[in-house]
Amino acid sequence: MRFSEQWLREWVNPAISTTELANQVTMAGLEVDSVEPAAPPFKGVVMGRVVELSPHPTAERLQIAQVDIGQGSALTIVCGAPNVTVGMVAPVALEGAELPGDIHIKKTSLRGIESNGMLCSALELGLGESGEGLWALPDDSPLGVDLREWLGLDDCLIEIDLTPNRGDCLSISGIAREVGVLNRCELTPVSANPVEPDIDVTFPVVISAPHACPRYAGRVIRGLNPAATTPLWMIERLRRSGLRSLGPMVDITNYLMLELGQPMHAFDLDKLSGRIDVRYAVAGEKLELLNGNTIVPDAETLLITDANGPLALAGIMGGQSSAVGPDTRNVFLESAFFNPIIIAGRARRYGLHTDSSHRFERGVDPQLQKQALERATQLLTDIAGGQAGPIVEAAIPEALPAEPAIRLRPGRVERLLGLSIDPQEITDILRWLGMAVASEGDHWIVAPPSFRFDIRIEADLIEEIGRIYGYSRLPSHRPVIRSEMAPQPEAKLSLDRLRETLVQRGYQEAITYSFVDPASQQSLAPEQQTLSLANPISADLAVMRTSLWPGLLKAARNNLQRQQDRVRIFESGLCFIQAGDDLVQDAYLGGVICGDPLPEQWTNDKRALDFFDLKGDVESLLTLTGRLAAFNFVAARHPALQPGQSARIEHDHRVVGWLGAVHPRIAKQLDLTGKPFVFELRLADLQQARVPQFSELSRFPSSRRDIAIIVEEDVTAQAIRECIREHGADLLREILLFDVYRGKGVPDGHKSLAFGLILQDISRSLMDSELEKTVATIVTGLEKRFGAKLR
Amino acid sequence: MEELAKLVLEAQMALAQADDLGRVEQLRVNYLGKKGVLTERLKQLGKLPPEERPAAGQAINDAKQDIVVAIEARKAVLAEAQLDAQLANEAVDVTLPGRGQSPGGLHPITRTMSRIESLFTQIGFSVLEGPEIEDDFHNFEALNIPDHHPARAMHDTFYFDDGRLLRTHTSNVQIRVMSVQPPPLRVIAPGRVYRCDSDLTHTPMFHQVEGFLVDEGVSFADLKGILNDFLRNFFERDLQVRFRPSYFPFTEPSAEVDMECVICNGVGCRVCKQSGWIEILGCGMVHPEVFAHVDIDSERYTGFAFGMGVERLALLRYGVNDMRLFFENDLRFLQQFR
Ligand SMILES: [Zn+2]
Repeated sequence: MRFSEQWLREWVNPAISTTELANQVTMAGLEVDSVEPAAPPFKGVVMGRVVELSPHPTAERLQIAQVDIGQGSALTIVCGAPNVTVGMVAPVALEGAELPGDIHIKKTSLRGIESNGMLCSALELGLGESGEGLWALPDDSPLGVDLREWLGLDDCLIEIDLTPNRGDCLSISGIAREVGVLNRCELTPVSANPVEPDIDVTFPVVISAPHACPRYAGRVIRGLNPAATTPLWMIERLRRSGLRSLGPMVDITNYLMLELGQPMHAFDLDKLSGRIDVRYAVAGEKLELLNGNTIVPDAETLLITDANGPLALAGIMGGQSSAVGPDTRNVFLESAFFNPIIIAGRARRYGLHTDSSHRFERGVDPQLQKQALERATQLLTDIAGGQAGPIVEAAIPEALPAEPAIRLRPGRVERLLGLSIDPQEITDILRWLGMAVASEGDHWIVAPPSFRFDIRIEADLIEEIGRIYGYSRLPSHRPVIRSEMAPQPEAKLSLDRLRETLVQRGYQEAITYSFVDPASQQSLAPEQQTLSLANPISADLAVMRTSLWPGLLKAARNNLQRQQDRVRIFESGLCFIQAGDDLVQDAYLGGVICGDPLPEQWTNDKRALDFFDLKGDVESLLTLTGRLAAFNFVAARHPALQPGQSARIEHDHRVVGWLGAVHPRIAKQLDLTGKPFVFELRLADLQQARVPQFSELSRFPSSRRDIAIIVEEDVTAQAIRECIREHGADLLREILLFDVYRGKGVPDGHKSLAFGLILQDISRSLMDSELEKTVATIVTGLEKRFGAKLR
Repeated sequence: MEELAKLVLEAQMALAQADDLGRVEQLRVNYLGKKGVLTERLKQLGKLPPEERPAAGQAINDAKQDIVVAIEARKAVLAEAQLDAQLANEAVDVTLPGRGQSPGGLHPITRTMSRIESLFTQIGFSVLEGPEIEDDFHNFEALNIPDHHPARAMHDTFYFDDGRLLRTHTSNVQIRVMSVQPPPLRVIAPGRVYRCDSDLTHTPMFHQVEGFLVDEGVSFADLKGILNDFLRNFFERDLQVRFRPSYFPFTEPSAEVDMECVICNGVGCRVCKQSGWIEILGCGMVHPEVFAHVDIDSERYTGFAFGMGVERLALLRYGVNDMRLFFENDLRFLQQFR
């Protein structure tokens, strides 16, 4: 809401500066966004009348004007504006004047004719939007008088950002009330004396939807002068509030809305028939709105109708068929109260947001309608003449918002605010706020004024007390907190440790959007059912991720395209998987690596990144659980991964994650250069660690025996390891795989694996014979299961 | 006797000039070897009269001992020199960079959230999380934001076809926790939130930390105290903080918290729109209507809640000038927060 400080000060004028005023209302909850001058600085501009015009002898586009500035002889000014006419009053920048844009007016000669100043457009004075011609001032403007002073342009425009609960401040009178309370300063409201009816013409009104519209007042005004124009002072006030002048009828209703907060509407009386009926829309109705759109209102939409059908979208926007126009002489003025609940959300349903709907949604004072109507009538007849009929009012008092009586306990004020405030000060604040306060035993009964829709319960009153008392005056202390320890499950691995481990292994954490490109998700996780947003911000952020890979790979690609040839990033966060009717929102930890395994370095130990670099990273995470052996890597196909270089990670025969090389076809689709590797683990499975359990250390030496065996290619290291463990019995402490070899000495389709077997007993030294026996058992076992041969 | 002393002196001088271990060994052989000068002398002892033998023997042995000492000393010196030479050979350029992986880093948002979490967990708050796809009840209705409430328009919500939505704040956690746990409650809820808005200063996803404390006798003064403390500790500065009345449907009284601009120290700059103040958090006393939704007796318990934007805190803390950088994941940006 933007308003003129001058206008406000007509209502309430505390002895404080603009800055103090802005600060005061900000600290009372009406946040001031900006304070700007109503006009840019200029000086030396007076009002003058063009009394004579003659063509310029040499310049076709210029005219020579004689301008009366109320000082005997007229000034000669050369003028190029197309709209200049004899008799017109316009701003005159005199010799020595300074205009916005650092323009200094000097006596000058234009194509041989001396010009003693400049006739100005509104734009040249920094007041208009477009510079089409001279600014035509009212005919009765006093000539020679300083324009700045006359229009009161040394004014400030204050923009406040109102919270939705303060609909009562969407008017000058509402802000004035607040300023009055804050300064304990009485208001000087504008007079709104009832206008005695001149004629006995009425237009009937019925309300068929009493809950939606508990009060509807209206009045006929006939014989308006269609040639009347809006006075300059009103145009200026509208301008300073951000509204353009659109003719007296519309201007007056807008003016009332700004002044008192009552949105009004003027119908062309001659276009109405029968009676006004406020009712909900029925099927098949259509309404062409003032903005040119035609809507088909649904059954929840409140309409103003007459015998011929819909006239207006109640409280939101008028209709084209009954609109006032340049020829309108007779009007029906509407001033109604619509229930906020009925208007709320309706405007948006039709893609509208109007000054009127904005106010009705938040609540307009239900006691204001007649007063606003009287004031509007007064302004309208002053400006455009005409005769007013009597006010017709339809009202259903029991449907009006209930006026609550709220119990307020002093003890509760203290408990919530943390301060005991003098009861006298409390009642004082409430009364200044327009509330009726009655004492009842140990508490008060408070009735808020009809314009405060936001005050319904005791806490609302306490906020008002705190607000006017001043939040900054309320105490501040550190709360006393019960020193109760929170459980710290040691067997839960923290995300912090997992993150830290990846960081130590050279990963940088990324945060990508939870919504991703449907196409890339389709390539990477075609089997998952995706959840689409109904209103995505863009087509490439339209579905919820089912995996961290689409986001991470996009981030990797962007970095690769920015000449980063080595990327190691990870992310943790929720993925959203629709499983039938159930939506599963589980956290995952995933990463992508590509480029060299190590940062480029002088030691020159360069080699290509491979699956086992990634697996090492994943294993380092699994190791933190203290149960690395409980996780199995199973060769498996994944639509996003390269066959033969992808594995499923299982725990207890449940899939907990995947890792592998991105399928080259998909890497190409995603514009990824190089060969990226990815992993992803379900966080909950990873966080299930264990509390360490000590096992006794052997004081006896361990022995190592190395064996190398040859097996067929498809025998996995894991299977061999399990077989060794099985046959190694209790003596086997550790199995080290220290070489994998193919080539000379190993038949085609075979490979050689070399294991170091560490054998030890807890209670004695092992004899050579025992060692040999154990190794022999293992070798036999391997022979039997895999046909392994010792190399 | 003098002859022996001369011999020892001669040996010592020869050793002093011996510049490798081979020469020392040669000298040892010359003097002490089987056919060495002194060994020869010992062999000659028998030719002396028996009464002279002990003294002469003693003298030879003393001389022998002196030479042994001289040999060992020389050997030590030479060994030391040899080691020095070898070490000099092994010297490296210590300014060459170290080998291996270099650590990455955490995202600045994670870093900021951890900082917030640790400040609050210090004083007994627990960290809890909630779902990001939420229903209308937990995101709006239970927070006293009924359908069509004008406050909904401020939220720019992402919806799904079935009416579910992406949470617009982490206040859903407040509802979820309060519905299952009785007071006292001290919780902070960090996480991702979503608003259908994207421009210079908005990203469609961002992070929030909401906190709440519910107990008997909690007042607005406690809220002021805790947030004053938090902001000063977070920024490690003795900041001016002010509480300004505001409106949130789920708190009453409500406040917006401004702090002295950390960019210009309150003098006025572009970041604070010349006001010297920066809006940093929203807060208030939990609305009785919210307590009613989760069956907490608002006569017995009071509480406060606050919510802060993590990006904004990170922006101010680290001087980042564009909110969108947080989600572009440009390594050149991320690596600045290692
Ligand atoms: Zn600043």
